[in-house]
Amino acid sequence: MSETSLRNADRPRLAFSARAKQWGEFAIETLIRLMGLSTIGFVILILAFLVNEGAPLFWQVPLSSLLDTRWYPTFDLYGILPLILGSLFVTFLALVLAVPLGVITAVFVREVAPAWARDILKPLIEVLAGIPSVVLGFFGMRYISPIVREVLGAPTGLTALTGALVLGYMALPTLISVAEDALDAVPKTYRDAGLAMGASRWQTIWRVTVPAARPGIVTAIMLGMGRAIGETMAVMMVTGNAARMPLGLDALMKPVRTMTATIAAEMGEVAKGSLHYRALFGIGIILFAITFLINLAAASVMFKRRAGGGLR
Amino acid sequence: MRGLAGPARIWASCLAVLVLAASLCGCGRSGSSGEAQAPPAEAIENKGSDTLVNLALAWAEQYMQIEPNVRISVTGGGSGTGIAALINGTVDLANASRDIKPEEIEAARRNGIEPVEHVVALDAIAVIVHLDNPVERLSLEQISDIYTGKITNWSEIGGEDRPIVLLSRESNSGTYVYFLEEAIRMGQESDLLFATDTLLMPSSEGIIEETSQNRNAIGYDGLGYVTSHVKVVAVARSAEGPFIMPSADTVNDNTYPIARPLYMYTDADPSERVQTYLEWILSEGQVAVDDLGFVPLTEHASEIDERD
Repeated sequence: MSETSLRNADRPRLAFSARAKQWGEFAIETLIRLMGLSTIGFVILILAFLVNEGAPLFWQVPLSSLLDTRWYPTFDLYGILPLILGSLFVTFLALVLAVPLGVITAVFVREVAPAWARDILKPLIEVLAGIPSVVLGFFGMRYISPIVREVLGAPTGLTALTGALVLGYMALPTLISVAEDALDAVPKTYRDAGLAMGASRWQTIWRVTVPAARPGIVTAIMLGMGRAIGETMAVMMVTGNAARMPLGLDALMKPVRTMTATIAAEMGEVAKGSLHYRALFGIGIILFAITFLINLAAASVMFKRRAGGGLR
Repeated sequence: MRGLAGPARIWASCLAVLVLAASLCGCGRSGSSGEAQAPPAEAIENKGSDTLVNLALAWAEQYMQIEPNVRISVTGGGSGTGIAALINGTVDLANASRDIKPEEIEAARRNGIEPVEHVVALDAIAVIVHLDNPVERLSLEQISDIYTGKITNWSEIGGEDRPIVLLSRESNSGTYVYFLEEAIRMGQESDLLFATDTLLMPSSEGIIEETSQNRNAIGYDGLGYVTSHVKVVAVARSAEGPFIMPSADTVNDNTYPIARPLYMYTDADPSERVQTYLEWILSEGQVAVDDLGFVPLTEHASEIDERD
C-alpha cells in the first residue's frame, strides 16, 4: 500500500488492519522463533540422552580396555579402537575417491558445460542424493563386491575399498551441489577480470574462480565427509564388518567394521542397561563428537571467509 | 543447498518435527490397540530366541486356527530376553537356543518360579563352502584352527591354494555363541575367539549369498537356511572320523557334532492352556519344524527320510 493512497476515510480501517497485521506478524515471528529454538532444544535433548545412556561406559570400563584392539562384546571385550579407525579409514578413502571427482564435476557443470547441459545435469545430480542407501548397499553387495574380488584379486569382495566406493558415490551429490553453489557465487567480475587480463579460460577457472570459491568447496568436502561417516546401512552391507585394525596398505582389501554398522547390527539384541548397551551408546557419543567437529570446522571455514567472496 | 535458504529451512524443520511427532503418536496407538485385542483369559505370552521366533510364530498361527479362542503372542529379542521375562513372570513360555544358566534358575526361584526345560526341536549347524571348493570334510579341530586364524589357506586342508575368508553371524546371535563354544572351543573351557578377520554378516542369508559367490569363503548356518547354492561339508569330532553330514537322522542319533536342542522354558506348574499348547507342539506341531528347516524330534525323523 503506497503513501499516496492514504485518505481520511480509510484511516480507521487502516489502523485496524495495521494492528491485525502487526499481531499476525508477531504471532508468526514467535512461531518461527519457537520452531528455530526447538531445533536447538532437540539437539540438546539428543545429546543429553546420549550422554546419559552412554557416558557410564567410560567409567565402568577402564580406558586401557576401551583402547584395546579387540571388540568382542559377547565376552566383555570392548576395544573400540578398531571401530573408530574403521570409520575414519573408510571415510577418508571415500573422500580420496569423491573429492577430485566431485570438484571437477562441479567445475564442469558450472564453468564449462553449456547452459542446456547444466539444466539437465543439476537436477540429475540432486536426484542422485535421493537414492536410498539400502539400494546402494544392495547394488554394492551384488555388483561392486564381485568386481573388487575378481578384478582386483581381494580374497573377499566385502572390503574397506568396496565400502569407500559406495560411500564416495553417496557423498558425491552433496559435494557437487554445494561446490557448484560456491562456484556460482563467485562474482562474474572476477571471471571477466581474469579473461581481460589475457588469461585463457582454463587459467581463469583454475587460478581465479576455483581459489575464490575455495571456502565453499571446503564446506562441500566437510558436508560430504559428514554424510560418509554417518552412513550406516550401505556400509554394513558391503564392508564385511570384521572388527580388525585397518593398518597397512593391505587393509584396503580387507574387511573393516565401522562405528555406525556396529551400533546398527548390535542394538537389536542388547539388554537395556547392560554394559554392551552402554558401549553402543558410548560409540554414539564418539560418533556425535566426530561429526560435531566436522560440522564446526565446516562452519568456521564458511564464516571466516564469507567476506572473501566465497559464498554470497 | 542455496535453494534451501532462511524460511524454507525453517519450514523443512517444522515438517520434520511434525513427522516425528506423528510417528511417535502412531507408535503409541498401535501398541495400545494390540493390547486391547488380546483377551486376558486365553492369552499365551511367548518370547525369546530369534532363532526360534519364526518357528514359534508358525506354531502360534497354526494353533490359533485349531483353537480360535486362544491368543498367542510371539516376540523375539534373544534367548536371554525371553528367560529374563520368564523370571519376571511376564511370559508363559520362554524360547531359548541355549541352556538356562544356574544364576538364572536361582533368580527365578527367588521370584517363586521353577523353570522347566522342554526340548521342542533340534537344529544342526552346517559348515558350508563354495560349490567349486574341493574340500569335502573337516574335523572339529580343523574348523577351530580355521576360525581362530591358525589355518589361513585352503591348501593346508587339502584344498586349492587360496586364502580362507571366514564368515560368521553377528556376535549377538545365539548361533554365534553356540558355534564358538562347541566348534571353536570344541566344548572345552578356553578363551579362544573368532579371528579378528572374521566377516560378521548381518543375516543368515548374507552368509549364504557370500559363500555361494566366493570360492575362498567358509561359513556356518542353521541347516534350515542352507540352499543348493552352497556345499555342505561333512564334520567329524576327531581327525580320524567318522565324517558326518548334517541331517535329521544324524542329529537325532547324536553323530553330527554341531547340533543343538532348541528349548521352551515354562514354570513347573504351567496353566492348563500352556500345557495343552506344549503337548500340541511336541506332537502335531513337529510337522512345522521340518517345514522351517529345523530337525523334528526323533519319532518324526522317519517322515523326513521318505521325503529326501
